[in-house]
Amino acid sequence: MALLELQGIGKVYQSGDTEFAALRGVDLNIERGEFVAVTGSSGSGKSTLMNILGCLDSPSSGTYRIDGRDVSQLSRIELAAIRNQFIGFIFQSFNLLARTSAAENVELPLIYAGVAPAERRRRALEALERVGLAHRARHQPSQLSGGQQQRVAIARALVTRPPLILADEPTGNLDSVTSIEIMNFLKELRDTGITVVFVTHEHDIAAFAARELALKDGAIVRDERRAGGKAA
Amino acid sequence: MIPTTETLRMALRALRRNTLRSILTALGIIIGVAAVVAMVSIGEGAKGRIRTQIEGAGTNVILVFSGSSNSGGMRGGMGSQPTITWDDVRAMQTELPAVRAVAPLTRTMTQAISETQTWTTTVYGTTPDYFVIRNWDLAVGAGLSASDVAGATKNVVIGRTVADKLFGVGVDPLGQVIRIRNAPYSVIGVLAKKGQGGMGDDQDDAIFVPVTAFQARIQGGLGQYVRGPVYVSAMTSEAIEPARAQIASLLRERHRLAADAEDDFSTTTMAEMTGIFTSAMSTLTNLLAAIALVSLVVGGIGVMNIMLVSVTERTREIGIRMAVGAQPSDIMRQFLIESLTLAAIGGAIGVLLGLGIANLVAAAFGWSMLARTDIILMALGVSAGVGVVFGLYPALKASRLDPIAALRYE
Repeated sequence: MALLELQGIGKVYQSGDTEFAALRGVDLNIERGEFVAVTGSSGSGKSTLMNILGCLDSPSSGTYRIDGRDVSQLSRIELAAIRNQFIGFIFQSFNLLARTSAAENVELPLIYAGVAPAERRRRALEALERVGLAHRARHQPSQLSGGQQQRVAIARALVTRPPLILADEPTGNLDSVTSIEIMNFLKELRDTGITVVFVTHEHDIAAFAARELALKDGAIVRDERRAGGKAA
Repeated sequence: MIPTTETLRMALRALRRNTLRSILTALGIIIGVAAVVAMVSIGEGAKGRIRTQIEGAGTNVILVFSGSSNSGGMRGGMGSQPTITWDDVRAMQTELPAVRAVAPLTRTMTQAISETQTWTTTVYGTTPDYFVIRNWDLAVGAGLSASDVAGATKNVVIGRTVADKLFGVGVDPLGQVIRIRNAPYSVIGVLAKKGQGGMGDDQDDAIFVPVTAFQARIQGGLGQYVRGPVYVSAMTSEAIEPARAQIASLLRERHRLAADAEDDFSTTTMAEMTGIFTSAMSTLTNLLAAIALVSLVVGGIGVMNIMLVSVTERTREIGIRMAVGAQPSDIMRQFLIESLTLAAIGGAIGVLLGLGIANLVAAAFGWSMLARTDIILMALGVSAGVGVVFGLYPALKASRLDPIAALRYE
């Protein structure tokens, strides 16, 4: 059984009388441990696809199963629990809480997972250690560089030990050197067995992935696998 | 759902992050609660003060006034027309079983002159029983006696204030001479300090002369009629109402009033006067507390306003929290507890401030502070309620945000 199964997923946005189909009948299986890049120009529907994959948005049609569970059957509370325990998000604009230390940012998902404070702090520091930022645990986002902020965000995504990491343009706000650092880190994650799906519109970033899905006008126009992906 | 202690920590952190704004927002609640607590505490203090003063005024006291008579369609007020005679006074003393003592009290405002000082004070004419009725002891010397009254002597008993003003603090006034209306009187006793009266007057600012001397030399009498109220004390507190009834029937009989005629006198008890006073006081206190409560509601609207601003400002934070797994109820509780905490802290500070103000006022007037626990608890409850009620809508609004829209919010 695939980790993520999408069958005939469509998403229609309505604004006034006009309808806009952001996704048209997407069929897709993503297996455990895959490292997938979703590419396409802006408006191709790749962000919509990511939102649906991340249970932040629900499809208008079709079925989406995570680990065999049909998402359309789940309540808002169950969806929140899936986002908490099953998925780690990484955003283009980092989305860290301002005026909140790196450690506290990383702790955030654990608060909602009901982990006790001491254990939370221990695991947050462990996650920061993993992204090489243990010495910045007390720093606030404004005191960190873009690359460091994205690493804090990765630590936050990892801290609940989810099987799936979703990254929406993770390098969009970073310079090329830092981008490569971040992508290598995501690649390392894949090597530990975590499934990583990321969106990008840059070819050299997409080249890190072992599989590339190209979207155009809400449909997958290319699904390409390559051995290993780009080396570090 | 995450534990409330966790939510509370988040709330405190959020409030600390905007300390000044939190303080300003809480200020509305602080002022409202402080006003309620101060008003009620001051009112209670004043009432307590009046109660102790009434007790100081004498036990089982009934006041009898001339007046309340109808003559030619004109209705006179209390004491407007003298109707009580000296014989009535004697009859009350001797004929009524429920009455312990009777004393007339005439008064006038005049100058009293010692060798060195002049002081404008109230001079009273009365009998020895007055001091019994009012439980008023002597500090030094002797009191007025029956023979002073019989002989209309120029002996006086003075209050502490008069003693201090005319002779100076620490000087022994016994045997000293006071001139009143050009006649010399000698001080035979000084009364124990009595303090403020029911109307806030200084009861120790008084000179007492025998009632006969008062009529003969200070202010001419009305012949057979008593000018001023008559103080009566009942045998026991249970005897107050019987004594009152006995006085009424005695006076009606002596004044030969027809069965359908109104009384040409009136009686009142100290308890009644206390009741009138304290109920007027309570009405005023409650009115002020109600006005203060309005300011508490205004404070609540301030909380709602800031919480709405806060939800809008923190839209992105809400989106992040939802993305990492916060449930709608977690977000809801986070904002609800934030406004509740804000209002409750404001309420607690308000209670302390209100008690402080009440304390200052009490100290200034020489009252003892009476804090009412029920009002304090109510004020805290209301402010917490204000926090919940006015925090509910912003919290609901936050919890219903769409995570994607919230994450994209700039």
